[in-house]
Formats: sequence, structure tokens, C-alpha cells
Amino acid sequence: MTTLLEVEKLEVTFGRTAAVRGASLTVAAGETHCLVGESGCGKSVTALSVMNLLVRNAQRRAQRLAFQGQDLLKLSDRGMARLRGNAMAMIFQEPMTSLNPAYTIGSQMTEVLRRHKGASQRAATDRAADLLARVGITAPGMRLGQFPHQLSGGLRQRVMIAMALMCDPQLLIADEPTTALDVTVQAQILRLLAGLQRDLGLGLLLITHDLGIVARVATRVSVMYAGEVVESAPTAELFANPKHPYTQGLLRCVPVPGKIQRNQPLGAIPGTVPRVGPGFEGCAFRDRCDFADETCKHAIPTHHAGSAHDFLCRLPGTPVKALT
Amino acid sequence: MRRGWRNAGTWTGAIIVGIAAFCAIFAPLLVPHDPFAQDLGKRLLVPFWMEGTDPNHLLGTDQLGRDYLSRLIYGCRISMMIGCTVSLVSGLIGITLGVLGGFMGGRVDDVVLFAITTRLSLPVVLVALAVVGLLGSSMSLLMITLGLLLWERFAVVARSTTMQVRNLDFVAAAWCAGCSRFRILAGEVLPNIASHLVVVATLEIALAILLEAALSFLGLGVPPPLPSWGLMIAEAKDYMFFSAWVIVIPGVCLFVLVLGINLLGDGLRDMLGARSDT
Amino acid sequence: MLRFFIRRLIVALLVAATVMVLAFIMTRLSGDLAISIAGPNATQTDIEAVRKAYGLDRPLVTQFFDWVGRASLGDLGESFFFKRRVSELIGERMPVTLTLGLTGLMIALVVSLPLGILAAVKENTAFDRLVQIVALLGQAMPSFWLGLLLMIVFGLQLGWLPISGTDSWQSYIMPGVVLAFSAIPALTRLTRAGMIQAMASDYIRTARAKGLSRASILLKHALRNAAIPVVAIAAVQLGFMLGGSIVIEQVFALHGVGFLAWESIAKNDFPVVQAVVLVLAVIYVGLTMLADLLNAVLDPRLRGA
Repeated sequence: MTTLLEVEKLEVTFGRTAAVRGASLTVAAGETHCLVGESGCGKSVTALSVMNLLVRNAQRRAQRLAFQGQDLLKLSDRGMARLRGNAMAMIFQEPMTSLNPAYTIGSQMTEVLRRHKGASQRAATDRAADLLARVGITAPGMRLGQFPHQLSGGLRQRVMIAMALMCDPQLLIADEPTTALDVTVQAQILRLLAGLQRDLGLGLLLITHDLGIVARVATRVSVMYAGEVVESAPTAELFANPKHPYTQGLLRCVPVPGKIQRNQPLGAIPGTVPRVGPGFEGCAFRDRCDFADETCKHAIPTHHAGSAHDFLCRLPGTPVKALT
Repeated sequence: MRRGWRNAGTWTGAIIVGIAAFCAIFAPLLVPHDPFAQDLGKRLLVPFWMEGTDPNHLLGTDQLGRDYLSRLIYGCRISMMIGCTVSLVSGLIGITLGVLGGFMGGRVDDVVLFAITTRLSLPVVLVALAVVGLLGSSMSLLMITLGLLLWERFAVVARSTTMQVRNLDFVAAAWCAGCSRFRILAGEVLPNIASHLVVVATLEIALAILLEAALSFLGLGVPPPLPSWGLMIAEAKDYMFFSAWVIVIPGVCLFVLVLGINLLGDGLRDMLGARSDT
Repeated sequence: MLRFFIRRLIVALLVAATVMVLAFIMTRLSGDLAISIAGPNATQTDIEAVRKAYGLDRPLVTQFFDWVGRASLGDLGESFFFKRRVSELIGERMPVTLTLGLTGLMIALVVSLPLGILAAVKENTAFDRLVQIVALLGQAMPSFWLGLLLMIVFGLQLGWLPISGTDSWQSYIMPGVVLAFSAIPALTRLTRAGMIQAMASDYIRTARAKGLSRASILLKHALRNAAIPVVAIAAVQLGFMLGGSIVIEQVFALHGVGFLAWESIAKNDFPVVQAVVLVLAVIYVGLTMLADLLNAVLDPRLRGA
């Protein structure tokens, strides 16, 4: 499998807040890599910094940030713009506001193809219609002439996906694409993304906070906490064998029908996510961890459990608390 | 950093307005000469920065030999007086209309909106000119006319802020506690919209001063021989190609005063947090 | 959509009607018009003759309805001074005022839009603050004074532009600039605020994610949305300019509608004054409706599809 995206020790700071303090992940073609974590853990910022779509006062540093072998850190904004919408594309969380209300769906879709591939209006319109049909939108011709406000949230998200696919990207980054949608629509969109990925061999980086989605579509999972990737593993392995205390806590929070007993309290992780500055040392989870000790205040080693399973903890293999 | 700039601007405005207010209030004590005393032997003397100046008349004299500095100071008094009075009158009208419309809603609000729309469509300068032209110019007529014409900004801001406040919880609480409408208006609504209205009042003073200057310039504002700055510019128009300073100085005074008031108003808006509308 | 416009039209007509009443009252404020028309040396018989000739002896209500009835059909009466139909007089002078207003608006837009866009792009830099200072200065400038200063500098000392009259298109430059000065602060601020808001929106993030060029993002995507309120305000500003042109026309001796009104006030020619107020008010109302129409054209969400 060809590696599309390599991120190594990414750090992003906004003034005095360290939003991302060490994120490393890879995405390969044909793979769905889910980046999961609670609100504020830095997963969206990670995605935006891959595409360099951060605000002006953000500082981005990484040991390595490469797409198809090309170093993205050294790329100028114009060079980056050539990749965006072209070889790598991104869709966002809020379909209601992510489309320009003043232009038709068609014009917003065709402009990407015309910009990157110099296609004619005719060719671009045809492709746009094709893609709309591909994402399950009926009467694509009519839809092309409509304005965003005339479409529902679910339809708009499908349009966003179709628009992202206009130039045949190799990598698709989806930042919580279903969070703002109804549950039934969520399932449809996820099925759509999975199907497209299969057919087109895309590499998909999916940001989410929903473990259910992870279980359903992810090939590989990275768990983020307070700006760091604390555990990374193939999906089945992560669910079967979570090593990091945070991951274990997260999985405990999800009630499993059949396994959970009546009157059994739902799992919860006590405490709140700490605000972390750039000079923070040690493990950010130590105040909420059952296994923390003094050494957790210093640099934490990365452990490998199995060929593709990494986690960040002082304990080589934390005993899992059984579901009581 | 923006705050810092605002502060410098606000202080500049406050100083300018302070000086103007001082001149306005203490004019009779400040003037070196009687602003109305003509001396045809000493016409068009030049100000102190030019040659041949008379030390008795720091800023020279106008075409009728009247001391320029004295007339400027009195002109300041006239501008400030008109500005403040017009702002007061238009404020009373506009705030009453706006609060009534915003608070009562429904038909009353429709009428208020209609009044505002009608007022906006009137060409203000023309109407003011026409009224003064037909009824003769005098200070009081001018102030009443302008007051009756310049209330729309008060009304718009009072209305929108009242509508916002009306929907807040503490108003509902007062209503439930059995307070009369009047008490709610006076006790709950007005204190909360006051900051916005103070900002509008400041800006309206500036607007009134500019308008009065324009009207006086056209000869249908403050009646001569009162030294309105606009009138001074008009009187000097015939000489402006020879003695440019005669029209430059009162114009600069107008410009600086209006600028100062606007700076102060913007600063007040930032300080009182009344940023919702322009 | 249609219903919306019909409602606006009704309001517009009501406003026009109210303005008619106000204009009428305004000219009758000085009491006995016959005296002012007849002049200071008139005898009682003269005054009576004037009263009869101009129908001033009829009850006020009759006079009013006569005026309203005729005005609605386009007959704005006859000028006392010029002895011609008022509608003709206004028709003759209107092109000058319209040219002046449109020139002023064009200059204002040409200056405000780029300044506002640049100030937004360079938000919080020295340039941005400079633009805001310029806007502040423009607001404080007395228009007639600026006109005189320009006349002295460009007309007299440099001799580049004519200082009065309407002989050539250059005559409209200085007055146009002065008019523009009154609109530039508001339009610049609005453009800047609109662009800042647009650039911070989600659809601009999408545009960047699509790899579009900087120019395309700024001018095609952001400006299109930021311009919507600006265009509407521009139409309204034109209305203000037309209404306020009287001062500029006087300073630069441009024989437009404002100048006509000015002359008529001096001569107590009240049919003209009345009519000009009405015409300007109707134009303003028309412009606000145009502004609404432009809003609907530019913002697809308002089309009620």
C-alpha cells in the first residue's frame, strides 16, 4: 500500500495555547484512518494544518509533513494551493455554511476542475453531474443550477463530497462530516464515503469524536488527547486490546448492548481535559489516570505492542480494568 | 493595539471638545474685542503668521474690520449651542418615538417605522432652507427646525435597542412583579439603552453643527451679524481668491470641532460597549 | 417576492402622500403667501389680486387636494417667477443634478471599494488604521468648505479644472469629489466590515480548501457576499446626494434642481419649492426600492425560491 500522508511530531500553537503537541500518523491509499478524540483535543487543527488552512497567527512545526513524498512544510502557499482541491481534498463539519450562498452548486463545483485541470465549462459540468449522481443525488442536472440554500443539510454534504472528488484526489480529509447531520443521514453519508473509498482507492483521514463511526468504517485509529496522539492501532486491535488508560476509559464509556447489565453505572472518566501550554512536559492525562505516578510528569516513552500498535504511556502494557 | 489607538483618538476628541466647550461657555470673557464692533479703517488685516500684522488682532480682521479671533470664539459658542440644543430636541423626539415603537410593537411600531421612512425620504437641507427662507432666519427657528428634522438616528437606535432589551428576562420579571409599563420603561429599558443613545447624541451634535454651517453658508441659517462659522466663510467667499486665510480658518475650526466630537463619540461607543450598530 | 414588492410599493405611495402633505404645510407656514408674493410695496388691492390669481383665497383643504390631484398626474403647477410649468423646469435641471449625483457615487465607489477590501485584507495593520483615519476625516469635512478649497487649489492656483458652470465634463469633477467625500466614510467602513466577516466565514475556508487563487477567493467569493449591503447602501447614498446637492450646486454654480430650489426659496416661488421637495422624496423612495431589488438580485436567498 502506498503511503500518501506522513505526519511526524506535528506541533501547532496559537499564541500561548498549544493546540497540537505531538501528532504523528500516516494514511495510505485505500485506508480509512480515523482520528478520534473529544472536543478540543486538537484533531481538527491537525487536519487543517495538513492542508495549511490555519488562521494567520498559527505556528506550525513538524519533524516531517509529507504528501506522496513531497515535503509540505517547505511548500509555498501557491504550491500548496495547487495540491488543495486537486490531489488532496477536504470536507468540513458544517454543510449548511460551507457553501457560498451566492453561487450555484454547479459553478462552485466546476470552478475546481477548471482551476486545476484547465477543463472547459462543458467538460466540467458533465463531470459535476456525474459525481452528483455518484454520491446519490437524483436529478443532478437540476441540482447544478440550484443554490445551496435550496438543499437540505444531507444533500449539501453530498455536494461537498462530490465537489471534493472533482479532480480525482488521492487523499480525502473529512473533518467530522456527519456531526451536524441527523442520525439516519449520518449512516447514509458514512456508507457513501466507505463505498467511494473502496471504488476509487482513496486514502481517507476521518476526524470524529464518535467511537461508533470508528468501529464501523476505520481501518486504523489514532486516539488524540490534549493535543497528542496517545494511541494508534488497527481498529480491531484497538477495540480488543486498548493499551492507553485514556483509550480504555473511552471504551468503557460506550455502553455495549448485551454486555452491559441493568443498574450498572455507565463508565466515565473523572476530571476534565487540562489546558496545555507549549512547555508542558509529561503526560497530560496523569490527573485523571488510575495508574499515574511521579514518572508521568516527565517525558513519556512510546511503546510498541505488535507491529502497528503504538501508545504513549510509562507502562508497557496497562492492565485493563474488567467491566464489573 | 486597536484599543490603544482608540484611546489616543478618544483623548484627542475629549480635549478638542473640552476646549470648545470652554470657549463656548466663557466666550464673553475670552474675546479680546467685541465681535460685532466694526472698524472700516482696519479691514482685512492679516493674521500673525503673515507680514504686516497688527498685534491687536492676532488673527486679523474681516472685511468689515471686526476682530477675527473674537468672531471665531463666538462662532464656537454658536456652533456648540446649536449643536447641543438640536441634539436635545431631536433626541427627545427620536427617543420617544423609538422607545414607543420598540416597546409596544404592532401598530404603534408600524406607525413609527413609517414616520422614520418618511423622514428619511425628505431632503433635509432643502426643507430646512425652505422653512427658514419662508419664515425668516433666527437662532430659535433654526434650532427648532433642525431639531424637528434630525431625529431619525435617535429613533432607529432607540427602537432597535429597546426591542433587544424588551426581550430580556429581567424585563419579563419586572412585568410579572406587577410594574406598570411606565416604570418598566423608566427603570429597566432606559438605563440599558442609555449608553447607545449617548453615543448617538454625540454624533448628532456634530451633524447639527455641520448642517447649521451649511445653512448659514447659504445665507439661510444664523442671521448676520451673528458670527456663525458658516456665515463667516460665506462672507469671505468674495475675498477668498486674494486672502485665502479668511475662509480657511473658520473651515479648519469647523473641521477640527466636528472631528473632535466624532472621535469622542467613537471612543464613548467603545468604552460603553455600544458597538451593535453604526 | 411579488407580494413583498407590492407591499413596498404601497408604503412608497403612502410616504409620497405624506411628503405631499408636509411639503404643502411647509410652504403655507409663513402665513399669508399672497403678501410675500406681492412684495413689500404691494397695496391691499394688489394683494387681493394676487390671492385671487393664485387661488389662495380658496379654503386650504381645497388648495391641498387641488395640488395633490394635479401632482399625481404629473402637473406640478406653474412657477410664479419663471411663469413656466414646474415640471418643465425640473425636467430641464434634473440632468445636471443626476450627472452630479452619479459622478459623486462613482467616485465614491471607485475609492471606497478598493480601500475597504485592502483594509480588510490587511486588518489591524498600519494601513487599516490609516484607512479608518481617512474615513474619520472625511466625515468631519464640511462639504461646502472642501468645495471652496478645491476651487482655490485646482481651479485658481493650478488652473486644471473649471470652477463653475457646466460647460464640459470636467466641471463635474470637483463637485463630484466633494459629494463623494460625504459617502466614502460610510461605504468604506461597510465594505471593510463586510469583507472581514466574509473572509472569516466557512465558505471561504472551503474555497481555500479547493485551492482557488487568492484573487478568486477575495474578489469572486468574498466580495460577492460582502458587496450586498454595500450596493444597497450605495443606492440610498445616491438619494442623499441628490437631496443634498443644493449646497454643492450653489458653490459651483451648477444649474441643477438644487440650484433651482435655492433660487425659488429666495423668491418665495412656493410651487417650485413644494414640487422639488416632492420630486426628491419620490426619487429617494424609488432608490430604496431599487436597493431592495438589488439585494434580491445579488443574494439568491432573498429570491424566495
